[in-house]
Amino acid sequence: MYQYDEYDQTIVNERVAQFRDQVRRYLSGELSEDEFRPLRLMNGLYIQRHAPMLRVAIPYGLLSSDQLRMLGHIAREYDKGYGHFSTRQNIQYNWPEVDRVPDILADLASVEMHAIQTSGNCIRNISSDQFAGVAEDEIEDPRPYCEILRQWSTFHPEFSYLPRKFKIAVTGATHDRAAIPIHDIGLYIVENDKGETGFRVIVGGGLGRSPYIGPVIREFLEKQHLLSYMEAILRVYNRYGRRDNIHKARIKILVNALGPEKFAGMVENEWEQIRDSVLLLDQKEIDRVKAFFTAPDYDLTAENDTAFEKHLSADKDFSDWVKRNVKSHKVPGHRVVYISLKAPDVPPGDCTAEQMEFIADLSDRYSYGEVRTTHDQNLVLSDVKQGDLYELWQALKEQNLATPNIGLLTDMICCPGLDFCSLANAGSIPIAKQINEKFDNLDYLHDIGEIQIKMSGCMNACGHHHVGHIGILGVNKKGEEFYQLTLGGSSSNDAALGDRLGPAVAKQEVAEVIGRILQVYVEQREGEERFLETYRRVGMEPFKERVYATEAANDDEVRAVASH
Amino acid sequence: MRVIKDNQIIEDGWQRLETVEEDQPLPEGDIIIPFRYWIEHHNELPEREGQLAVCIDGEDETEEVARYLDHFPLIALDFPAFKDGRCYTHAHLLRERYHYEGELRAVGDVLRDQLFFMKRCGIDSFALRSDKEMEDALAAFNDFSVTYQTAADGAPPIYDVRSKA
Repeated sequence: MYQYDEYDQTIVNERVAQFRDQVRRYLSGELSEDEFRPLRLMNGLYIQRHAPMLRVAIPYGLLSSDQLRMLGHIAREYDKGYGHFSTRQNIQYNWPEVDRVPDILADLASVEMHAIQTSGNCIRNISSDQFAGVAEDEIEDPRPYCEILRQWSTFHPEFSYLPRKFKIAVTGATHDRAAIPIHDIGLYIVENDKGETGFRVIVGGGLGRSPYIGPVIREFLEKQHLLSYMEAILRVYNRYGRRDNIHKARIKILVNALGPEKFAGMVENEWEQIRDSVLLLDQKEIDRVKAFFTAPDYDLTAENDTAFEKHLSADKDFSDWVKRNVKSHKVPGHRVVYISLKAPDVPPGDCTAEQMEFIADLSDRYSYGEVRTTHDQNLVLSDVKQGDLYELWQALKEQNLATPNIGLLTDMICCPGLDFCSLANAGSIPIAKQINEKFDNLDYLHDIGEIQIKMSGCMNACGHHHVGHIGILGVNKKGEEFYQLTLGGSSSNDAALGDRLGPAVAKQEVAEVIGRILQVYVEQREGEERFLETYRRVGMEPFKERVYATEAANDDEVRAVASH
Repeated sequence: MRVIKDNQIIEDGWQRLETVEEDQPLPEGDIIIPFRYWIEHHNELPEREGQLAVCIDGEDETEEVARYLDHFPLIALDFPAFKDGRCYTHAHLLRERYHYEGELRAVGDVLRDQLFFMKRCGIDSFALRSDKEMEDALAAFNDFSVTYQTAADGAPPIYDVRSKA
């Protein structure tokens, strides 16, 4: 993975000093609340419901074992012993003290980490495919380009006070695991007819109050023009993005107001003037950064192992876990392993200090000392030998990290919701708990198969509810929490926004309603059809009818579940 | 006007008029008037003592301003709120694309913690918001000794620095 040199290290060290001074001035009253806000936000520090929340950047979701250990140390030393992995592949701490945040940043800097631009109206952490570098369907590893973009966007003097936040994602695979079309800029690495790789550029996707699947504004961008093209997009946005209304300030609103063709034309005009400037990326520089992301020295005898097959047939629990949580790898004898952070009794994405340290040790033993975070709030060990899987599984079980539910109903995306977030209208974690309690039969979950539930506690959509196969949006009606469901969304190659099911349902009924939706799916599915495919074939009507035609659930069982 | 310029606090003769009354003569001395007023009246402005500069904000088009650069020894960039980042692009384009060599002065909600970025975009004098201490703000220019990107301050991109190291 990327290693800091003296320049990178100097920047994060100087950032720590700068922020320490800003905190000092804030605490002494020299900086007002309003003046401090954008400064702390650009360091990922929010003032939340109970306490400040600090968001730490995990660039494109890649961590070394030492970095993960440090995240555990921070959870224990400065927080209540856990952290929360977010949908931007970052980690959030919910309980730090403002005056100790400079010390946290100093600890982070000691392992080449920071909280720079994890919030605020600037370019945020670049996210990517958690299988980067090991995916079978990869055209080219996206991480070198993510790192080049990370450096270009860090403290960009012209683009640090944009109309609104700005999120970029890059993938190099044909199957989109990084939710590319719902980003402000989404980049797919593609191959042209000459066999050269470049980028397909999508601009203006996003969720929130006005969700859009972003349009393609350029089919093929040569790699050497990556930075100049990004700069052209950002410049057009910085000049013309709306600043009069925070809800209309994202680039998606500008792209939609102008129309993608006109917007693309403005970008191309700007780009023409800067494309051959010093922003031109030299192949030498691309190669230099690429050299940080070379494959480990894989053990090519790994595929001779026979124990794996034996354990698979002898141990059903193990084979269930392998079926759901273990994915193929481009190198024979190796696998990619998901560590589920969606155990039934834990808020989705939460991880304790002890678990972090434990996973760091496992990654040293089994996966070349690297761990990835995913946008659906799990962790990944990317390079595990098949012969090690049984041992690894047993170890993960000890720490409640082997729930065999990746891609299943209980592998939900969930924002912190009303329990932690000052923006939320409704809880999300209690709904996740309700769903986990109702659907606790593993065989049933496996039978339902791949389905994504995504849940947000307000229309800001941190939980990506619009693009869930089943989306759940918390709303507040006269002081009570209600939940609006959508069906048929997707953030992958077949990206779509979900359709509204009908009126919002009461808090205690959410799991029951999902149960009815799944009944319809089970009755209507043909062959191996996933939920999403069945929905797209049969449409909304049968689901709507089943949910609303029968009297809404009020039986004691459901109430008992909800009141836990 | 009391400003930070070349890392020093100086007092110069510029006076900024945020608005100009239509039928009043312009005051004497070195004055900064709104660019819109200048556009509408520059053909009819009477001979006067003192220099004339304009103030632009995010609503103005850089391309239009660029047509008249020879007239202005100074262009003020108004930050109505420090969160309004449009003048960073103005400054960058005036320096890099239109090669403006006069003074670019930040006015309005100008605060210490944005000075580093402003300077990188080519702004070279800073009229700090009046309730803030200019002496304290001077430290802001030393916040970072390394930068990643090229900008209007002439800094090379980090990849050029690395390849020459």
